[in-house]
Amino acid sequence: MSVDKAEMRQENRRLSRRLAIVAVAMFGFGFALVPFYNQICAALGVNSIVEKSEPLNSQIDSTRTVTIELDSNTHDLPWRFRPLVSHLTVHPGELATVEYEVVNVRAAPVTGQAVPSYGPQHAGEYFKKLECFCFTQQTLAAGETRRMPVTFVVDPRLPRDVSTIAVSYTFFEVAGRGGKS
Amino acid sequence: MRWITTTNHKDIGTLYLWFSFIMFSVGGLMAVGIRMELFSPGLQVMDPDFFNQLTTMHGLIMVFGAIMPVFVGFANWQIPMMIGAPDMAFARLNNWSFWLLPFAATLLVLSFFMPGGAPGVGWTMYAPLTVQMGIGMDLTIFAVHILGMSSILGSINIITTILNMRAPGMTLMKMPLFVWTWLITAYLLVAAMPVLAGAVTMTLTDRHFGTSFFNAAGGGDPVLYQHVFWFFGHPEVYIIALPGFGVISQVIPAFSRKPLFGYASMVYATSAIAIISFIVWAHHMYTVGMPVTGQLFFMYATMLVAVPTGVKVFNWVATMWKGSLTFETPMLFACGFLFMFTLGGFTGLVLSLVPIDIQVHDTYYVVAHFHYVMVAGALFAAFAGIYFWIPKWTGHMYNETLGKIHFWLTLVFFNMIFFVQHFLGLAGMPRRIPDYPLMFETWNKISSLGAFGMGLAQLLFLYVVIDCIRKGAPAPQKPWEGADSLEWTHLPTPVPYHTFETPPVVK
Repeated sequence: MSVDKAEMRQENRRLSRRLAIVAVAMFGFGFALVPFYNQICAALGVNSIVEKSEPLNSQIDSTRTVTIELDSNTHDLPWRFRPLVSHLTVHPGELATVEYEVVNVRAAPVTGQAVPSYGPQHAGEYFKKLECFCFTQQTLAAGETRRMPVTFVVDPRLPRDVSTIAVSYTFFEVAGRGGKS
Repeated sequence: MRWITTTNHKDIGTLYLWFSFIMFSVGGLMAVGIRMELFSPGLQVMDPDFFNQLTTMHGLIMVFGAIMPVFVGFANWQIPMMIGAPDMAFARLNNWSFWLLPFAATLLVLSFFMPGGAPGVGWTMYAPLTVQMGIGMDLTIFAVHILGMSSILGSINIITTILNMRAPGMTLMKMPLFVWTWLITAYLLVAAMPVLAGAVTMTLTDRHFGTSFFNAAGGGDPVLYQHVFWFFGHPEVYIIALPGFGVISQVIPAFSRKPLFGYASMVYATSAIAIISFIVWAHHMYTVGMPVTGQLFFMYATMLVAVPTGVKVFNWVATMWKGSLTFETPMLFACGFLFMFTLGGFTGLVLSLVPIDIQVHDTYYVVAHFHYVMVAGALFAAFAGIYFWIPKWTGHMYNETLGKIHFWLTLVFFNMIFFVQHFLGLAGMPRRIPDYPLMFETWNKISSLGAFGMGLAQLLFLYVVIDCIRKGAPAPQKPWEGADSLEWTHLPTPVPYHTFETPPVVK
């Protein structure tokens, strides 16, 4: 390895350039994980709580009833948000519609996005939403009041031990649109 | 001025070592604060918000400010001497990579004085909390960027030095194992640190530029952050551990007066650990709701890590087998490492099982586990390395009696802190919470007392080091009979400022 100094220097530079390229590529790889993650989630069907369900062709199971409890929250958002009924009883397989009311109390238009959660958590996959205000972002003008429907079917395959499903929606502000205060 | 502009690898190594000791003290003080609050149930010393800030900063400072720099310090001092090179490949770049660190550390500490305080989000910086934090979070993000830059530059330097500047005859498979572990660690750093930089950059743009990578409201997903973070985070675990393995692989043969058992298998095991480390990240996030297939894959992949690690532990023990053992301080720390690290490895194996992990996720069991591998693994290895090489660096012997006392105090107090935390975790005490029910009180008291003792014991360490530099007895060229790498066999003690300007010939 008795190379002269200049040659060694050049060799060192070449190697360090290659390593720097690896580092930059890995920085890009971090961002490439984002679409990759979304693809994986879509392929495996996880993380799909705000997607529309296909209506299923099923019988109404009138031998059992399920209580749906409705809840609403807002997160850092100047909206009044509540369900018009606090709970209702449905048969699995039966189509039902409930309404939520939301009021923008701020003197400026605000855009929000609702995210549902379920208790018990695993009941979520049996709560099929055919129409929901959570599918899209909602923009409310200053002082606007809006009534929004949720149309759903409880899948008859719902485990027998679940007799009550709590459905809770939380509205988050979408920053950058409609202006953050 | 000499220290600011220096391009000498030994000076920079010293700077790294002192920097990491200072950060170790800062992080240690924070740990003492945490244990003070947890000394008894209820809130007494601080409010919960400050407690969260302390746990976050303790983690960040110990990982990025103490453990990583201490091993970079070793690398700077030892790699050129062990491979017979005059200095690092890019000496000025080396100076820059060090001097980035104090700025990053300042940013981290400054964040405490921002409105809203330092981020209280945990060292993992999970979204969505990070998106909501005050301006302290931005300082932390920039600090992480700078730290990442420093490590990447340092790693490029180390790889280039090792691959291009070896002395004639020093083939790859003749390199001391410490050099091998650093070569592999540096590759891990180059591959993993940029991903962390990407993750915090996404957090930054989510906070200020209206993107929604992790913001559920804008179509993002907080779980995505965890995937990106742990894709960096798990290799990071081995970035911390591997150089420690390297130090132990130098110390144990020296005090067993035998060559390292299974050198080639050690090299392959280290490489295997590095490769596997990129496919196990999601075992940190079994509870996010991933499909069972995913859990199974990550569980089996994680268990696979035990195989090369087992090879290493076996080789270390086999090196000691029928050796002429003596137990000076470096060897004591190496043995302590061997016992404690293996224990931490076992609890890691327990945690790799999905059903058990879901049970003890985010409890003190996890805290105990990773402190066994980080403190008893990396920190003990660092102490072993310092006691091992300090005669070479300073030209003086340290006080053997005090060194041994330091070891025993550290060992006992360490176990007092963390062994009982296994019980707390199994009983269900969650981590990162400043308060706890009465039933956990006894173990927490023991743990806190241990923490205070451990802190005091490190003052003794500082004394031993200063005493060694100031008035230690002169050390011979080869104070350890069994040591056989170039710095012991070819260089006088203390090592001159410039070494190997004409490369030695290795047979």
